[in-house]
Amino acid sequence: MKRVIALTLILAPTVSWADPTMAPEPLSYTQLPDPAQEAAAQALMQTIRCVVCQGQSIADSDADLAGDMRALVRQKIAAGEKPEAIRAWLIQRYGRWVSYRPPVDAVTWPLWAAPILLLAVGGLLARSAFRRRRT
Amino acid sequence: MSLRTIRILLWLPLVGFLIVLGLVFTGLIRPHDASIRSQMVGRPLPAFSLPSTRPRQPPLTSASFADGKVRLVNIFASWCVPCVVEMPQLAQLKQAGVAIEGIASRDTPADSLAFLQRNGDPYDRIGDDKTSAAQIAIGSSGVPETYVVDGKGVIRAQHIGPIQPQDVADILAAVRDAQ
Amino acid sequence: MIAEAGLAALWIAAMLAALQAFLGLGSLKAGGEELLRAVRPVAVAQAVMTLGAFAALMWLFYSTDLSVELVAEDSASTVPTLYRIAGTWGNHEGSMLLWVTILAIAGAAVALLERRLPERTLAATIAAQGVIALGFFAFLLFSSNPFARLDIAPAEGNGFNPLLQDPGLAFHPPTLYVGYVGLSVAFSFAVGALLTRDVGPAFAKAMRPWVLGAWVFLTLGITAGSYWAYYELGWGGWWFWDPTENASLMPWLAATALLHSVTVLATRDGLRAWTVMLAVVAFSMSMVGTFLVRSGILTSVHAFALDPKRGAFILVLLALYIGGALALFGARIATVAEGNRFDPVSREGALVINNLLLSVILALVLIGTLYPLAAESMTGEKLSVGPPYFNATAGPLALILVAVMAAGPAMRWRRDEIVAVARRIAIPAALTVIALVAILLLAPGLRILPLLGLTLAAGVAAASVAPLWKRNLRRTPLFTWGMVMAHLGAAVSLAGMASESAFTKETLIAARPGETVSVGPYAIRFAAVDPVPGQNFTAVQATLIATRGSADPITLTPAQRTFDNPPQTTSESAIATRWDGQLYTVVGEPVPGGRWQLRLWWKPFVTLIWLGGALIAIGGALSLLGRSLPRRKVVAESTGFARFG
Repeated sequence: MKRVIALTLILAPTVSWADPTMAPEPLSYTQLPDPAQEAAAQALMQTIRCVVCQGQSIADSDADLAGDMRALVRQKIAAGEKPEAIRAWLIQRYGRWVSYRPPVDAVTWPLWAAPILLLAVGGLLARSAFRRRRT
Repeated sequence: MSLRTIRILLWLPLVGFLIVLGLVFTGLIRPHDASIRSQMVGRPLPAFSLPSTRPRQPPLTSASFADGKVRLVNIFASWCVPCVVEMPQLAQLKQAGVAIEGIASRDTPADSLAFLQRNGDPYDRIGDDKTSAAQIAIGSSGVPETYVVDGKGVIRAQHIGPIQPQDVADILAAVRDAQ
Repeated sequence: MIAEAGLAALWIAAMLAALQAFLGLGSLKAGGEELLRAVRPVAVAQAVMTLGAFAALMWLFYSTDLSVELVAEDSASTVPTLYRIAGTWGNHEGSMLLWVTILAIAGAAVALLERRLPERTLAATIAAQGVIALGFFAFLLFSSNPFARLDIAPAEGNGFNPLLQDPGLAFHPPTLYVGYVGLSVAFSFAVGALLTRDVGPAFAKAMRPWVLGAWVFLTLGITAGSYWAYYELGWGGWWFWDPTENASLMPWLAATALLHSVTVLATRDGLRAWTVMLAVVAFSMSMVGTFLVRSGILTSVHAFALDPKRGAFILVLLALYIGGALALFGARIATVAEGNRFDPVSREGALVINNLLLSVILALVLIGTLYPLAAESMTGEKLSVGPPYFNATAGPLALILVAVMAAGPAMRWRRDEIVAVARRIAIPAALTVIALVAILLLAPGLRILPLLGLTLAAGVAAASVAPLWKRNLRRTPLFTWGMVMAHLGAAVSLAGMASESAFTKETLIAARPGETVSVGPYAIRFAAVDPVPGQNFTAVQATLIATRGSADPITLTPAQRTFDNPPQTTSESAIATRWDGQLYTVVGEPVPGGRWQLRLWWKPFVTLIWLGGALIAIGGALSLLGRSLPRRKVVAESTGFARFG
């Protein structure tokens, strides 16, 4: 069941029913001239969650506010800001929810420790299936 | 591993599943709130300077909020249907003596003014936020949204969505708290 | 009348399911063999009744009977015929009915076709299938009745979600559901075997074709879903780690692990408890996935809004079924004698590593999907776990898994020597190194995951066909062909993913008609933009003419469609497929100055992603054929290749 974005859009409490008449900021739909900067912006945008449709990154969203956020990210990158500083700036406004990359802190360390813990536990279990190797 | 440990291990999948079940259950009973609240509540208004939507008026700047007066900042748009719904409540708040500043999101001044002509104009000043820059800086995720800003220019409360008649008392209380 | 008939059929089917459970369990008692004979027709009748109910709902949708609430809410007479029919499962109630229909058919298929399972285990299996069906019938009848009537029929329905109005709807959900629900058979087998304490090679051999069948459909469903998302969403992405996608990936990972562990059980009588566990987990993941998608507790682009009452109902079903099966596992499996142990350097050893990695990836996907829920419960703060987490954690493990996949088939059962294995995979290993050097020279500066992906894909593709090396291809058993094909498919898919990630060229631009822009090797002339009428929408269609060198120009016509019932705009991408990649074009909104937003991508070898998926599914189908057709004479093999599949 793909894509019921528009449905979610309508259900979202603060979203209007009509489209804005304002022309969007050009940087919301065009690239930065410098490919390296554009790549940095693109990489960041793919990890920023759209606050309107919520199920997509701002890089993949048709929502107007996502477009404005793309423009903002590109402007900041063009002004020489570091991607992580922009992420922190957005998190300060929208909370950690806005970043698709969970930070490492008191709440999220189990998430990042999970691969190693699981491999260790799985390895121990798997070992019990093996016979000692005769030499 | 001893036989005893193995026997205990065999119950682990059930324990794991029950944890997942409990989690999902808490998710189910918690009222589902998809709105993204601004984390700027409790912080000073971010710096912005928006040209006025009304002709020949000074711009709406964040600096101008630190003058000792509590205000509402209402983010609205002419293309937004719920914004029409809250206009009578904004008028009511204005009558109660609350100063309201507007931020027009993604609008042309002509559209904004026509909208206010139709639905009433509760705003002292209106800033024209063409590219949602101020809106994003405040941490707003849509229109309409209303913020209570105290006399030091610090955001004290956020209301997401249109102000319904039953919300007016809460907003007035929030304004009093911010005095 | 038809709606009432459908509802009646559903009630009868539910009662037959209860009878099936009763007869199945009854036949476990001494002297109950008679009952087992009666259970077959009951299972078949249940399937027929459910199918009847489903056909009734399809007819109601096809004929747009607006007195039926579901039809009035999710369809309209103006919806094109294909989507009036496929719209049957484009909503919560209808898709649940499809789910239950497939469940009933799977139960009947087991009752009719299964001959290898010991009688008592079969009886318990059929009983388990009946119990599962009963719960979901209850869910439909008591809280999601698709046949409810309205007092007053509206003049027109609410229409059908435009985003679902795509041929993908006709194919993707049913395929995926056959996969999800097909795994119920493995679940019932496991429960049956736990009840009768009969877990061994015979049980594994009986279960294997069912797992293979479900897995083939699951693979196809996920592949199709990914391609649908790719062309429909209009931003060129093909996998988003969205909770709903994860919900389909988790059963697939479990089923893939099961497919391999069941082979160890069938061939070497090892991994008994583990295989039973996986059989329970695979279908549990299907049910958890179904629940997560429907409950609305996780924010997803996919949404069936569901009220908490229904959510609680499914949750209780999950608690009973999964909790029950896991409790049975905990209580009974210790009394099942553990199977053979084996040498770490052996085919079995490689398969254990395969299972370990698949299970860890599965656990990571589950933890990552549910973590925001846990974090919010604990701290009240909303948190997102998205692609950066899954790519960083599951990505490297998947690469290791693929590497093991290259070495595994080259190993012998029971015991092997590392040196001998190394010698057997020397050629693929050398190819891997050559690929690495070539990529480093030709395309410097790649990120680490795409680089490793491309390199490994080359080596694994070579290694996957190695089992056919120096063999009489006509005498090679079908299931060996299946394994080769599936492993090759994994390598092909990996190559596509890595290539898409590493080499995609993107052009986002606002252009006036008449202008020419370039993306990758193509020069694209924006020839025109015209309004075009559709059956239930109007479109604004751009005409783009793409040229590359001296090749014939390609005409692409991406469009923006505006539907009025319900009012919504969708963008229709236009994609040109060439042997070396896809040109992906989207037209966006108009902007001042008579310009239009254009989004253009050149994605080299992106098609390999889904081609690989199809190869994996074909491999599974070949193995299934090889396992179910009467055995051809298998020539004694010097290596162990022939015995794997």
